[in-house]
Amino acid sequence: MRSLKRFGFAVTAVLGLVWGDSALAGPTLDGVKSRGVVTCAVNTGLAGFGMPDQQGDYKGLDADTCRAIAAAVLGDAKKVKFIPTTTQQRFTVLQSGEADVLTRNTTWTLLRDTEQGFNFAPVTYYDGQGFMVAKKAGIKSAKELDGATICVQPGTTTELNLADYFRTNRMTFKPLVVEKLAEVENAFFSGRCDAYTTDRSGLAATRAGKASNPDDYVILPDVISKEPLAPAVRHGDDEWFDIVKWTIYAMIGAEEKGIASSSVDDALKSEDPDVKRMLGVTPGLGKALHIDEKWAYNVIKQVGNYGEVFERNVGSKTPLKLERGLNGLWSQGGLMYAMPFR
Amino acid sequence: MNASSTRRGSAWWNDERSRELLFQALIIGVVIAVLAYLGHNATVNLRRQGIVGGFGFLSHEAGFEISPALIPYTPADSYADAMLVGLLNTLLVAAIGIVFATALGLIVGLLRLSGNWLVARLALGYVELMRNTPLVLQLFVWWNLLRISAPGPRAAWQVLPGVFVSNRGVAFPVPEYDPGFRWVLAALLVAILASAALARWAGRRQARTGRPFPVLSAALALIVLLPTVVFVALGAPFHLDIPQLGAFNFKGGVTVTPEFAALVFGLVVYTAAFIGEIVRGGIQAVSRGQSEAALALGLKRRHVLRLVVLPQAVRTMIPPLTNEYLNLAKNSTLAVAIGFADYFSVANTILNQTGQAIEAMTLIAAVYLSLSLGLSLLMNLYNRRVALVER
Repeated sequence: MRSLKRFGFAVTAVLGLVWGDSALAGPTLDGVKSRGVVTCAVNTGLAGFGMPDQQGDYKGLDADTCRAIAAAVLGDAKKVKFIPTTTQQRFTVLQSGEADVLTRNTTWTLLRDTEQGFNFAPVTYYDGQGFMVAKKAGIKSAKELDGATICVQPGTTTELNLADYFRTNRMTFKPLVVEKLAEVENAFFSGRCDAYTTDRSGLAATRAGKASNPDDYVILPDVISKEPLAPAVRHGDDEWFDIVKWTIYAMIGAEEKGIASSSVDDALKSEDPDVKRMLGVTPGLGKALHIDEKWAYNVIKQVGNYGEVFERNVGSKTPLKLERGLNGLWSQGGLMYAMPFR
Repeated sequence: MNASSTRRGSAWWNDERSRELLFQALIIGVVIAVLAYLGHNATVNLRRQGIVGGFGFLSHEAGFEISPALIPYTPADSYADAMLVGLLNTLLVAAIGIVFATALGLIVGLLRLSGNWLVARLALGYVELMRNTPLVLQLFVWWNLLRISAPGPRAAWQVLPGVFVSNRGVAFPVPEYDPGFRWVLAALLVAILASAALARWAGRRQARTGRPFPVLSAALALIVLLPTVVFVALGAPFHLDIPQLGAFNFKGGVTVTPEFAALVFGLVVYTAAFIGEIVRGGIQAVSRGQSEAALALGLKRRHVLRLVVLPQAVRTMIPPLTNEYLNLAKNSTLAVAIGFADYFSVANTILNQTGQAIEAMTLIAAVYLSLSLGLSLLMNLYNRRVALVER
């Protein structure tokens, strides 16, 4: 019986590939349920986003997004499997179906959203390209970097943004372009470059993880590009796309309503109809997503709201020391905004 | 026709000649078919993915910065300009590398043959260490050493007036161009030509009369004095572009970056180990009787080496030496690992930025193929000159 079901699966998948445009309902969710685990493609090691700790347990914002999806779908945040991927592997791993979702600090761009065949869930971290310099250089703004040597990785949008920024501001610079991340970081920390440029969260992670004394380095306030980092799923499975999307909205929505992992049990008694629908006290939303009515409750109880996840992994009490900034709630001047739970 | 008539009755496919022809035709046919299939496949796939092929992208704006650049270059220049910048960097590394690797290799080869036990063993140790560790590892070692041992630009060591050593490289002054220099250069050219004529004359005279002439010192005097006289006569039109410490780096003069230095140094000491063994082999291939005979004639030891042994050794050394030169040129692509913007590194960046994989790969292959074939051609010409003339 099971093998028959699998066969049916394969047939639907192949048909889906051949006809392509038919929006199939369900193969990913069914696969996740039958395997009893959500498989996520994550970074090989970026502090604060996706990096295994000493016990080999993946920690970070991206890893927690994956756990939240498992909590929503399977009722258990521990039922996850992480596949560490490099920048080159990440899309193939998702495309081939090896992973159910890509939670790997990936920038949402038009071409990835269309030609490369992915759908992006809501942004989990609004990032932008920035610069890190040694504190003793006494530089306060990127505008003072005229004539500097700058470390950068080749073939990235970072490299192009960098040249654009200096051209726009009529300044010159000398790039030091090195292929491997560890070597770029070494070159910067040994003083070969005056500044290192990449996504600002990446700068914070490098400073926290690789500098001998993180306090000797400052990240300049200038942000020279937009890098919205969002989870991605394959084209063609709207049901799964909806689940991933609303799991993230549930975390943001919980923060909007002031519900944290510690207070979610009290919130079950809330009179607020919004909260009652979200937590499944008033049933309907879980059924609409084809998952358990307790889905959002499980996410908040086991993983936490967005603010908790942020503070735990990258916030001011972590080595990364990132401000909420753009990643604060919309009501507090940020961009985090949950769609209505109805 | 004769063959077929003598083997009457045997079918054509039993004929050895026609069988060979048939198989060769078949193989050529299969190769053409495979190539055509691959080409067709690539075209179809590219069209399906909506990728525009062709080399049109070369005229588009590159948008990224390259440093160091031997010619003026900005991100507003085209991909073709960027490739040219990379190509010139590669040629510079290859040219300097080959000259110094040859010189060092010659010395190492001679030291390997030294009668002094310690010197010979040290040379052997050097050769074995260099030949048996990966080049990319050596490059990382040199790069890290250069970067870590030197101070930042603000604390740069001024080793000579106007020459600064820091972790940004060695900055040194260069003469600024002055119209008067043309005459100085012309004088230098005249001096070089005159020296060549002098050497010819001295050679002939020695052959005729046996009296030697101090060609080397005479030529040196000519080459140094004549341009100096012209220079002074013009009122010394000299002006140095001296490096000045800017906000971050030295401005003015010329800076040799640690990446360039590490790459050239690494390639030189690595290749010199192989060249040293070629030199040793070449010298040992010259029969002992040759040097014994020369010594018996009363030649000094250094004359024996220069006039009798090396000219004969060079003949056996040229073909393997060509190989080492080609290796050095191709090994320069390891620049990508230590952040030097050579042709391969720039072309790779362009590949990443444009997505024109097939075109970029073709250009990379074409450039290194031309570089290698050009080098081989030069070496083969030289080889023909020094080869034994057989009559």
